[in-house]
Amino acid sequence: MSKYTEDDLKKELETQEYEYGFYTELDSETFPKGLNEDIVRAISKKKNEPEWMMEWRLDAFRIWEQMEEPEWANVNYKKPDFQDIAYYSAPKKTDPNKTLDDVDSELLAMYKKLGISVDEQKKMNNIAMDIVVDSVSVATTFKETLAEKGILFMPISEAIQEHPELVKKYMGTIVPKTDNFYAALNSAVFTDGSFCYIPKGVKCPMELSTYFRINEGGTGQFERTLVIADENSYVSYLEGCTAPSRDENQLHAAVVELIAMDDAEIKYSTVQNWFPGTKDGKGGVFNFVTKRGMCHTNSKISWTQVETGSAVTWKYPSCVLKGDNSVGEFYSIAVTNNFQQADTGTKMIHLGKNTKSTIISKGISAGKSQNSYRGLVQIGSRAENARNFSQCDSLLMGNKCGAHTFPYIESKNKSAKIEHEATTSKIGEDQLFYCNQRGIDTEKAIALIVNGFSKDVLNKLPMEFAVEAQKLLEISLEGSVG
Amino acid sequence: MLKIKNIHAGIEDKDILRGINLEVKAGEVHAIMGPNGSGKSTLSSVIAGNETYEVSEGDIFLDGESILELSPDERAHKGVFMSFQYPVEIPGVSTTNFVKTAINAKRKAHGLEDLPAKDMLKLIREKSELLEMDRKFLSRSLNEGFSGGEKKRNEIFQMAMLEPKLSILDETDSGLDIDALKIVANGVNKLRNKDNAVIVITHYQRLLDYIVPDFVHVLHEGKIVKSGGKELALELEAKGYDWLK
Repeated sequence: MSKYTEDDLKKELETQEYEYGFYTELDSETFPKGLNEDIVRAISKKKNEPEWMMEWRLDAFRIWEQMEEPEWANVNYKKPDFQDIAYYSAPKKTDPNKTLDDVDSELLAMYKKLGISVDEQKKMNNIAMDIVVDSVSVATTFKETLAEKGILFMPISEAIQEHPELVKKYMGTIVPKTDNFYAALNSAVFTDGSFCYIPKGVKCPMELSTYFRINEGGTGQFERTLVIADENSYVSYLEGCTAPSRDENQLHAAVVELIAMDDAEIKYSTVQNWFPGTKDGKGGVFNFVTKRGMCHTNSKISWTQVETGSAVTWKYPSCVLKGDNSVGEFYSIAVTNNFQQADTGTKMIHLGKNTKSTIISKGISAGKSQNSYRGLVQIGSRAENARNFSQCDSLLMGNKCGAHTFPYIESKNKSAKIEHEATTSKIGEDQLFYCNQRGIDTEKAIALIVNGFSKDVLNKLPMEFAVEAQKLLEISLEGSVG
Repeated sequence: MLKIKNIHAGIEDKDILRGINLEVKAGEVHAIMGPNGSGKSTLSSVIAGNETYEVSEGDIFLDGESILELSPDERAHKGVFMSFQYPVEIPGVSTTNFVKTAINAKRKAHGLEDLPAKDMLKLIREKSELLEMDRKFLSRSLNEGFSGGEKKRNEIFQMAMLEPKLSILDETDSGLDIDALKIVANGVNKLRNKDNAVIVITHYQRLLDYIVPDFVHVLHEGKIVKSGGKELALELEAKGYDWLK
């Protein structure tokens, strides 16, 4: 066996490209670039929306116009030109009422490349899936099976038509239009996303899942997800995302709102794998996302995220623990490599009595990337006996990357108990040599060390996702130790 | 089995090994002794292939084949094992998982399939019984929070699992009390057979009371200055190293 040199390894890794970086030639309808009230109206018209929805959007647009792009995050990027983005793009030939068999064959081929076999999805009985390409939802599986239990799972555009009372009642209540710059923008121009309602007392029998894909160039993706778990219900929800490799930066600004009524539980898992840019830092998705959940009495919301993609990430899935005895959890693995930047974390707002929150954040930085954890734990004056435990661990690879931790703690109640632990470690030459000496090559050794580091969070993912996430971590970090 | 020919090695511009010659045959135990800074640990690192050290001259043969150009993992696949003086911690990775990964990596290099879980468990049971180890600690994170004795026992457990041809025990006695030392030495003795060889690197004679060497070599300033039988170790114990300088 000839010697496998470091140069061979480097070469191999350089050719390791983003696996999902392909572009599918779909016959698409794309709006002209730019944003103004007419575009907002046109989106609403395109979606055949009722008057109230159009007004809601216009209101959001006017709010957005008055706002400024936030600059407090620990990231550096050239701000997007909002007049140079197309706000609506849809693969033609989609019709929300048609069955999977009618879906564009190019689309089906694309799913196959993405590793989503829609046919398989039909047969498997544990995951129901909604697939969003660019601005529209193109396929939703298992609708009928779910409907038997009274569960609504559909594109949000469809929910606006079919269940306006629910959308009207809840949309914007958790993340108001005025919340922040990107939430306001999303409220004005969101084009699709998933809607899910679990009725009282129902345990959703399968994982619900949404797969997001940006396909067209020069477009932004603005999806909106609304999950309502009525009293004493349970749902586990997964989302995944990819985008083609492009030299330009693409904007993704989503809003996710979760509502857990009394005694309900929502488990929300994300594997975020937007195109991270090239190894020289060219292109990549700007991922500016607002995710928040409201917990009523005795309810529980748990966010689990594996973030490996995007050039810039700005994302804080949060819980408002309004009801007494409610529980909020945040489990996160954020990986940055090359020139990626991530500023991510959570907010746990304790308002009710005996509320509990747990934060476990694992940041892995490699290359020349910057990885920040930013978290707020806030205990309100009426939140007797609130508890929080936070653990933020950072793992550094090489010596050109950065890990940062910004924990904010505000307590207005003396009975609160707040714990914060933080560690920073480095994958050392000594660890790698130790593994090598046992016959484990460097790539495998890094995977082993990273998996060990991330174990607490990987364990929180549903089985099917955990395997995918583990693989993703390995791919994202390939070539990070010379 | 192992043949070291005129090895010169160092870090950057600093020469540490200055022409080492050593031959180890199957079934033998060699002890390498010497004062601090004589190059003992460098020698074990160079045999294992640690790239921190640069070899400027000489060659190392395993079963007649040069291994100098092989990476550390390739040498491991050929049966080189090193028990570390300071075993590293790998949080979140259990000893069982680590050893499983190592065994399967070696099998893969030899064109074999992964060892079936059933056989792996059987092997773990056998070896942990042989070394009188509590299996509970195999599910703990590798070396994390282990005592000095536990770490060294874990090294010997890995050696038992990997069944190497050549084992290098680098200062295995450091940081061990006499009871832990006996347990570790006992383990090594149980693993000895006519087909494998052991190099014991140590500063003190006491380990050699338990792992009795066939040959003792004294290293000084990067050279073997004296070789002899096991009685040489006792002589060193009595007289120190100064008389050899």
